[in-house]
Amino acid sequence: MKAFLMFVRKEFFHIFRDPRTLLILFGMPVALVTLFGFALTNEIKNADVAVLDFDKGAHARQVQNRLFSSGYFGLRDYATTYPDVAAAFRQGHVKLAVVFPVGFSADLDHLGHAQVQLVADASDQNTAISLVGYATSIIRAYAQEQARPTGPAGPRVEAVARLYFNPEMKAAYTFVPGTMALILLLVSAMLTSITIAREKETGTMEVLLVSPMRQLPIIIGKILPYFLLSFLNGLVILGLGVWALHIPQRGSLGLLIGETLLYIFVALALGVLISTRAASQQTAMLISMLSLLLPTLILSGFLFPIASMPVPLQFLSNIIPARHYIVVLKGIMIKGLSLRELWRETLTLAGMGTALLLLALASLKNRLA
Amino acid sequence: MNKLHPPDVAASRAAPAGPVITCELLTKRFGDFVAVNAISFEVAAGEIFGFLGANGAGKTTAMRMLCGLLGPTEGAATVAGFDVFRQPELIKQHIGYMSQKFSLYEDLTVGENIRFYGGVYGLKGAVIREKTTALLQRLGLEAERNTLVGSLPLGWKQKLAFSVALLHEPAVIFLDEPTGGVDPITRRQFWDLIYEAAAAGTTIFITTHYMDEAEYCDRVSIMVDGKIEALASPAGLKRQFGVATMDEVFLHLARGAKNTE
Repeated sequence: MKAFLMFVRKEFFHIFRDPRTLLILFGMPVALVTLFGFALTNEIKNADVAVLDFDKGAHARQVQNRLFSSGYFGLRDYATTYPDVAAAFRQGHVKLAVVFPVGFSADLDHLGHAQVQLVADASDQNTAISLVGYATSIIRAYAQEQARPTGPAGPRVEAVARLYFNPEMKAAYTFVPGTMALILLLVSAMLTSITIAREKETGTMEVLLVSPMRQLPIIIGKILPYFLLSFLNGLVILGLGVWALHIPQRGSLGLLIGETLLYIFVALALGVLISTRAASQQTAMLISMLSLLLPTLILSGFLFPIASMPVPLQFLSNIIPARHYIVVLKGIMIKGLSLRELWRETLTLAGMGTALLLLALASLKNRLA
Repeated sequence: MNKLHPPDVAASRAAPAGPVITCELLTKRFGDFVAVNAISFEVAAGEIFGFLGANGAGKTTAMRMLCGLLGPTEGAATVAGFDVFRQPELIKQHIGYMSQKFSLYEDLTVGENIRFYGGVYGLKGAVIREKTTALLQRLGLEAERNTLVGSLPLGWKQKLAFSVALLHEPAVIFLDEPTGGVDPITRRQFWDLIYEAAAAGTTIFITTHYMDEAEYCDRVSIMVDGKIEALASPAGLKRQFGVATMDEVFLHLARGAKNTE
């Protein structure tokens, strides 16, 4: 036990004295969550907008003023024909186009009722939804202000949106669980594999194996600090998600933490397995990147919906631990599910972790000795 | 530099008491390949035993079996009185090991490395502290206790690694090419440490590719293709093969080898 504690202590020394490890451990999660959370999807600032004004009246001009002074939109170009707008979308210049039909101002003045068309780039659905939402409310507010105090009903502007609308698709709710799954996997599996590979590279593993310390305590001693730090990491990401990005946390916090620990365990077992195959730190890093990062990004449902994948890939996605963990996270946080609904995923993760650990231990016996 | 004991002086040290390593027809097969082919020898307590052979001759495999890392296929062997088949874990408690990589943690300080390895061998905190002070004094490294090992010169690392491997007072210390990549002066200083340890009763089991170092051993065995082809004192070997240097002895034997890397 004493030898074991000494071992864990030593491992913490390694971690806190290596700037690279610290950066991956604490810098990467914060950077990724911030990136995904703020820069990539959520906040809309000065989105590029094209205007196609067939009306050229006073109201059309003022609506534009409102839009572009709101801070959400920035005028990118004035189009004169529909094909111009289509071209701008194809080239990715603009996220939104506002089309004022002929007679927009006159209709609003005389009929008290006019239409404006909003065309959004729905390839980024979340942004599209937000943009149309912001624009619609700004236009409506403008129309309301035109109401004469004496009039029975204020003028109305109907904003007609064109985009593929998917009410279930809320990206903000996807990227926090996704990032969490990715980061925990990378930190746990990659750092673990690198640290074990380093002991092999420097020859200290040989010395440890010749010592009275058994193999299992050596491995557990190596992964325990990463287990603790990964867990801390998980809490930081969750905290960022809940408080900074306003993801709901509807289910049991205890279950959430338990499932996270389970997932970290799977990742660590993967890390040990990789390290038994990799003789150097570089190899370990490379294997981790190729076998963990890419499949997790592509197949876990983080970036691409699993339901729209070809069937073989859907099948393959089952072996990605992150897939199950993301289902669990979303289930608990967004839907408030309990273990009763999530037992299948939980069991899968537990099975994966156990199998990987056994495989890693068997492999360790052959490789290190 | 001139403190180095000539081989004949080394041989006249306190009389060894009973064998610390015994090997009888020890064999290791990997499938059809016989890595170690029925080797037999004994090493006495306090003896400096040179274990020579070309790369691929089976040295490493034999050493791994003796260290309890690898189960033998056949034969019998004991190390420090324990059986390599049945008691590998007990063997591990009674041996020290140092590889050519020196195997210290570069990002740990000198003191932390000593403490860590002491802890791994189950030494008590007070004992470790006491031994650390004594060890640093002996090596003249007192001022470096809190220095990261990574910033020490190679020769110091080597001495430190050797002393750390002896911290738990093992009966035998296995040295796997411990002087690789070190300059000749440092090598000779290192051999002073080896003689000191041997004089204190520790058995030294050493592999090397330097034939001048083979001369410093009490006895030398030379492995070729998994078999021990020669085993005697350096002087005895030279006589046996009618040559003037260990180099010639080694070349004479190793040239006939089939398995080389």
